[in-house]
Parts: sequence; structure tokens; C-alpha cells
Amino acid sequence: MSGAEKIQVKVTEITPLNELVTRFRFERVGGGQLPTFSGGAHTVVEMQDGGITRLNPYSLMSDPFDQSSYTISVRRDDEGRGGSLFMHQQVKLGDEMTISYPVNLFSLDLRARKHLFLAGGIGITPFLAQIKQLDVLHGHWELHYACRNHALASYADQLTDRHPNETHLYYDDQNQAIDLKNLLSGQPLGTHVYVCGPKGMIDWVRNTAAAEGWPEDCIHYEEFLAPKPGKPFEVRLAKSDKIVHVGENESLLEAIEREGVDAPYLCRGGACGQCETVVLDHEGNFVHRDHWLTDEEKAAGKRIMPCVSRFEGKSLVLDR
Amino acid sequence: MSKFEFPKSITSRPVWGTLEVRSGEHHLMIAEAEGAEAILDIATPDLMAKTHLIYIPKGTGYAERLRALNSAQFYEGPSYEASLQRIRRVLEDTHMGLQVYLTGTEGMMGQAMSEVMTVGLPHTAIQTEHRGSVARRMQCVHCKGITEDVEVDPFVCAHCGLNLFVRDHYSRRHAAYQGVCVDAEDHGNVPEPKGIYE
Repeated sequence: MSGAEKIQVKVTEITPLNELVTRFRFERVGGGQLPTFSGGAHTVVEMQDGGITRLNPYSLMSDPFDQSSYTISVRRDDEGRGGSLFMHQQVKLGDEMTISYPVNLFSLDLRARKHLFLAGGIGITPFLAQIKQLDVLHGHWELHYACRNHALASYADQLTDRHPNETHLYYDDQNQAIDLKNLLSGQPLGTHVYVCGPKGMIDWVRNTAAAEGWPEDCIHYEEFLAPKPGKPFEVRLAKSDKIVHVGENESLLEAIEREGVDAPYLCRGGACGQCETVVLDHEGNFVHRDHWLTDEEKAAGKRIMPCVSRFEGKSLVLDR
Repeated sequence: MSKFEFPKSITSRPVWGTLEVRSGEHHLMIAEAEGAEAILDIATPDLMAKTHLIYIPKGTGYAERLRALNSAQFYEGPSYEASLQRIRRVLEDTHMGLQVYLTGTEGMMGQAMSEVMTVGLPHTAIQTEHRGSVARRMQCVHCKGITEDVEVDPFVCAHCGLNLFVRDHYSRRHAAYQGVCVDAEDHGNVPEPKGIYE
């Protein structure tokens, strides 16, 4: 069985926070403690949506030291593939669900002297757990949180209440924006920057920090990509000796799983590298969308990340 | 000839690089002895205008040529230890974006690197280039004493007097290679010392 180990949980609390975001609390079925995790970890939530099994990663936002329950916050995406809509519309109090053990691809670098957090919208969630962790460790941190407006700024009030000196808010509707260049150049030596938010924000922070001379190992980011729909295509799995048709609205990984082939995965969002698959032969073009392969690897066409990447062309043969 | 090609070894052994100019508002360069040549190789007026240059001559005479680079600050110190207060002060006062360049012996680069890591910069962000002496800074695994500038293998620990074999196992934290007793089982049976890379 691929992916991290599974845990059976019960939904014990559903809290709408605003127009778009709802919080869910999970407790272990039959009681007992959940595994500890570190700030920045996510869990993959399994959703049985009609005939489809959806597997979506969500950052754990609860206190990492509290093993009695996990909480996640889900932003409704009306144009998405349906995972967040399922969570918002189908999941009821008392439902039993399957989630994965926590996996952390966005952990704090504890060698840092200071942690600078930059959040955009729902990208606040991993930082909530990291802030709780740093509270216990007496870590030095500062948060800059940009949102569309105050109403949609999940947890902003709670953060300013508890951490008035560390929390800085920016609202688009008041034309406020992070003064990034200044912010970065004023940080003491040994600061690490962490960014979670929309792709544009992540690119902006990574590029600005690199231009300001920040070492690559001090720049951390997390962006879960949802697999984008695309043209249907066919793939031959050499080891399993199967031909799989990948539909418009499913990912290559999902199509492989649908055919009963056990393929490795962890984050399902192009970040962790677990699902990296060897390409044996191809005639056509790859649509690489992951953050894992280097540009050279992408150009070489010898590897593909089936969780988010697709293929357009005549034939594709994978070593799976 | 100040460059030396170290033979390939175990993963623990540090691999030193070649200095290159990186973008940034502030630059700290520490050059020990022939390391001065590595600085002269990359120096440009633009770069040096933003650079604090520390030079530890160890008997070499590059001071005038380095001074002529007109760095924002130039300090010539009699030893690494004598320069340490200044290095710490620079690291304390500076901001992210500082670029660090270390060049000279393994012992100096290792110690300065450990100092920079203490303030939170990852070791991967620190540029190095080996120049000059191939002598090593050794730590005796028995008494923990450090013997500087070891050129031969085996050598005698400057602290406890044991005959130590020079290993490639390196500690980034101690900035030293490991020295292990060579005649523990057969006391007095010590191979003839020869140069580390001979």
C-alpha cells in the first residue's frame, strides 16, 4: 500500500470561519492519541465522493503537542476539482474518515536564529502550527500575513490578540502590501524565510530573496498544486503490462491507481518527490507541473511526477 | 603555486570550492596567507566597495596588494584568534544578504565557517577556497586536545603525547580532523611519519 500509514478518524467539530473557510476537527475512532507532528506537517484526507476517491493534502494547524485531535482549515474552491467542495458540503459531524499519518515537507529549520513567516490567504494554516511549536521552544519569529480583506483573514484576530508584536496584517482592499525588499534586507543574519500562499506570492518571495543575496537553504516554501485538468491521453505501464487511459479531469496518478496499480505517493501536490516515475519511451511533449524535478530533468524527459504532470502526444511508456 | 588538488576521499571530508562573486549588499572576506591570491582573483572595485576584508598574513606579504583593492574596511590581523573578535562583531551587526568568502588553510576556513554557522547561516551558504598549506587542524579523540598545522602522519598529540594517525573523518563543529592512536595495541610500534598526502 502506497502513501503514508492511515488513521481512522471521526469528525468531532465543524466550524465555519468565514464565507470561504471552514475548520474541521478529527479525533481517533475509538479514542486514543494521535501521532505527534512538527509544525508545517500535512495530512492527506481521503474522500469517498460517489465513485471517486479523492486524496487531498491539508496542513495541520493545531498545536503539534496536542495529541487528542488534529484540525485542518479548508478553503472552498468553487472552480477546483471538488475536494474542498466535498469537505464543505458532504462532510457531517460524526462522519468517519481516513487520513494519513502527518508528513512534513515544510518544517522549521531549527538552526535558524529567527523565522520570518510570509502567508497569503489560506496559506496561514501551516504557520499556525509552527507558531505554537515556536511558542514552546521560545523561538524568535515574525509573521506577515496578506489577505483580500479583514472578513476573509482567517485567524487574523486570534493572532493579533496573542502575538500583537509579531503579527503584521495586510489587506488588499485597503491597498496594503508587504514591503518585501525592505523587510528582507533588514533581517538579522541567520534568519530563514518561509512562504505559503498563491504561486505568484511564492515566486515573488523566492525571487526577491535570491536577488537580495539570501542563501537558497534559508528560503522555504510550500505550495500544494492541485492536478490541473488537461487533454486525455494514453499511457502504457511496462511492469504492470497495462494500458491506462487518463481522462480529462483525473491525474495520471489517479488513473494508474484506478487500474489497481500500486504507485508510490505522499503529498500528491508535486512537492515531495515520492511518485517520481521513470519514463521508458515517449513520443510527444510532457506537461511538467511539479516543484520536484529540476529544469534539466524536465527537459531531459526521463522522469515524470504523475501526481500533477501530464503528457500530450502519441505514446508514453512508464516503468511502473 | 598556492593551489592543491586534494585526493578523493570519504563523504566526511570537506570539499572546498572556488570563490565566485555573489550578489549582495555586504561581503565579508577572510583570507589567510596565500588565500590572498584567491581574493585578488575575484576582486573588482564594485565588489570591494561593499567588502570588509580581513587578512591574516602568517608570514606572507600580500598586505600592500590587498590594501590597494580599496575595500570598505581592511584589517590585517596577526592570527585567526586575534581576528575573531572582529569577525564576531561583523556577524553580529550585519543583516541577511551578507556573503561570506573564506580562503586559506583548512583549519582557518573550518573555524571561521563554524563561527558563521553559529549565527545561523547554513554551511552551504558559505563560500570557500583552499590555498596554501595543506596542514590540518587535528583533534585527538583521546584527550580532545587540538593540534594545529599538522603536516605529517602519524604525529604526536601536542596535549597528551599519544602517537596519532591522521584520519579523513572531519567535524564541522570542531573544525578539525580526527586523530586516533596508532600504536594502542602494540605500544611503540609507530610507522615512520611522512607527509599527509605522500
